[in-house]
Amino acid sequence: MCLAVPMKVVSIDNETAIAEVDGVKREASLMMLNEEVNVGDYVLIHAGFAISRLDEAEALETISLMRECLELGQETL
Amino acid sequence: MINLEEFRSRDLVKGLAAKIRELTAGRTDTMTFMEVCGTHTMSIYQYGIRSLLPPQVRLISGPGCPVCVTPIGYVDHSVAFARLPGTIITTFGDMLRVPGSTSSLMQERARGADVRIVYSPLDAVNLAEKNPDKKVIFLGVGFETTAPAIAGSIIIAAARGLENFFVLTAHKTIPIPMQVLSSDPELGIDGYICPAHVSAIIGANAYRFLAEEHGIPCVATGFEPADVMHGVEMLVRQIVEGRSDVEIQYSRFVTWEGNVKAQAVLRDVFTPVDSAWRGIGVIPQSGLEIADKYAAFDAAKVIPVEVEEPREAKGCQCGEVLKGKVAPFDCPLFGGVCTPETPVGACMVSSEGSCAAAYKYGQ
Amino acid sequence: MDTDLILLGHGSGGKLSHQLLDELIIPTLSGIPVAGQNDAAVLARSGERLAFTTDSYVVDPIFFPGGNIGDLAINGTVNDLAMVGAQPLAISVGLILEEGFSRKELQKILLAMRDAADKAGVSIVAGDTKVVPRGKADKIFINTSGIGIFRHSLNISGAEAKTGDKILINGTIGDHGIAVMAKREGLDLDTDIASDSAALNTMVSDLLEEAGESIHVLRDPTRGGVATTLKEIAVQSEVTLTLNEEALPLKGPVKGVCAVLGLDPLYVANEGKLLAFVSPDAAERVLARMKRHPLGGDAAIIGEVTAAGGGRVQMETLVGGMRAVEMLSGEQLPRIC
Repeated sequence: MCLAVPMKVVSIDNETAIAEVDGVKREASLMMLNEEVNVGDYVLIHAGFAISRLDEAEALETISLMRECLELGQETL
Repeated sequence: MINLEEFRSRDLVKGLAAKIRELTAGRTDTMTFMEVCGTHTMSIYQYGIRSLLPPQVRLISGPGCPVCVTPIGYVDHSVAFARLPGTIITTFGDMLRVPGSTSSLMQERARGADVRIVYSPLDAVNLAEKNPDKKVIFLGVGFETTAPAIAGSIIIAAARGLENFFVLTAHKTIPIPMQVLSSDPELGIDGYICPAHVSAIIGANAYRFLAEEHGIPCVATGFEPADVMHGVEMLVRQIVEGRSDVEIQYSRFVTWEGNVKAQAVLRDVFTPVDSAWRGIGVIPQSGLEIADKYAAFDAAKVIPVEVEEPREAKGCQCGEVLKGKVAPFDCPLFGGVCTPETPVGACMVSSEGSCAAAYKYGQ
Repeated sequence: MDTDLILLGHGSGGKLSHQLLDELIIPTLSGIPVAGQNDAAVLARSGERLAFTTDSYVVDPIFFPGGNIGDLAINGTVNDLAMVGAQPLAISVGLILEEGFSRKELQKILLAMRDAADKAGVSIVAGDTKVVPRGKADKIFINTSGIGIFRHSLNISGAEAKTGDKILINGTIGDHGIAVMAKREGLDLDTDIASDSAALNTMVSDLLEEAGESIHVLRDPTRGGVATTLKEIAVQSEVTLTLNEEALPLKGPVKGVCAVLGLDPLYVANEGKLLAFVSPDAAERVLARMKRHPLGGDAAIIGEVTAAGGGRVQMETLVGGMRAVEMLSGEQLPRIC
């Protein structure tokens, strides 16, 4: 059971957040989350619970690692 | 500002495919990578990932579908509960069609049982609060991604003083079975595409023993197409460089320690227990049972019911398919007797089971 | 396993529905072969052709963003006639009402039906009304039947797709099914997804006028979605279709709901949408004409008939991979895995 969707937090009320993706809003419990969450953060939501918060720096790092392969690929073409 | 759509970029996927081809160019060996997460099974089929990889890289599906590995007796138990008067069975959609020994929840619903699909166990808790005269039983099936959600719902039900909310658990944990599979020489697993979301909970350190003690490269990989390709590229690179490490590809959501708060909740609500995996057998300490502290919410302990003798379907090869030993198309029942409309085993009926995915998306 | 039960999946338009039709209903009632199964029956009498069709509407909830069961019932039958190239002439309406149903709601639904019929230029000429005890029907069930006439001699049928044909759709996919589901499940959407229920007959007249000879197949992808409908046509015409996932028009919120619930938009029901198979030389012209019609703003070419034989549908995915597209099995269930 692993379907989890990254969604953006639009409001927080105690331990419950409203998050949205592509214009769809869902309520999620923050009870399982270790980190502080602010409006505007992305969280991974599964079965009504936020289970992890997006590390933006890591996300950008991952994309740049992937982009390296793109450049290398073009060189060998 | 990050745009998460990037992880579906055709260009990035193309570049990664070219890199993988470059790394494997000239090699005559086949690298076999197993994924153990239903979301990966789906993603790989949905995006046609296999068609983008060179012949030297082979992806196989392992027991990543918790519904598929749940013993038939659990379905029979749910069916028995559904037949009791005054019960509302609440479940994720995945469980509805799984065939038990003689019936399924979908069939019971057609016969008048109150079986409802929910998107979160919290929906079941709210249902219990609104229907104090009914016993609301939630089917707790899933790996470590879902177990915290069920644990959370039990804690919330306890806090609200509910006496009519129950969970029938069949939770399983993933790292130990991975080790069982990797020690099978017939499978020849060269690397693991480790789950995305289970890893977010348990942390990538959980796979260290596979890499360090058993020499199997492990990469905790995301489920978007570029993530999957990147994870495969990282595994290929490990093999080419003669390494066996644990690496994190999905670093934007997965850390080495994982979600320690969720882990603490799991330890509070659940106890590790030996667990039967359909098609594989009993794997020690690979399951989660509700701890004594919350025994009042354990449907199996609190609600007495007679469950029929479990009977596996004849000729069903789900066990071998789940271990990655038999490809869906090689099962003699695939596509003939066993189809998504008339499933024999769980691999076909669960929407993320290997056979269902193979049937729907092709090779 | 008890196979005597009729399951919800038997009504979902997918494989189970086809099985029920092919194994029991059609052989018992009429024996029409697969190639002849189109949205409406075309009857010929002394040189004249008539189209005849029927449909029942049991949607829940009966009121949803973008419409209600009433306009759905009129538009659906008008469209079935339009899909075989007929001009809708007259409709009959059968109402089955549950005891206790609101008269005010009934009036709203009837007004919507009148409105839809007027818009489509079709008359409601016959009808019937029954009331059943509380609990024996879900508020209101509607059956509509329609007859249509032909102003041309073109043969438009699911068996007519030819290699090289381009596959066109007049707009975004999944709107109706997701609008209904979102209302039913109480999902909170930023911008409400509205059902795309609409009468397509005027668009079809435009297209036939533009390039009638070049239009081989018309079908509206209702239950079972675009995937199921294309698979049906691939089987009827015995061809292989290749779709281009990137070209599929999709609204953001529909994509979002599908992502959150684990649904595939290719399998979600549509209403005011049609698929057209057009010979390659006329495809751009037909697309342009579609776009000029109020219901065709987001029209696109989404694939083509790539080979004779096979009866298969495949799709080039967003990232350049290739995958097979099968028919919907039973109901599409939301998944958590």
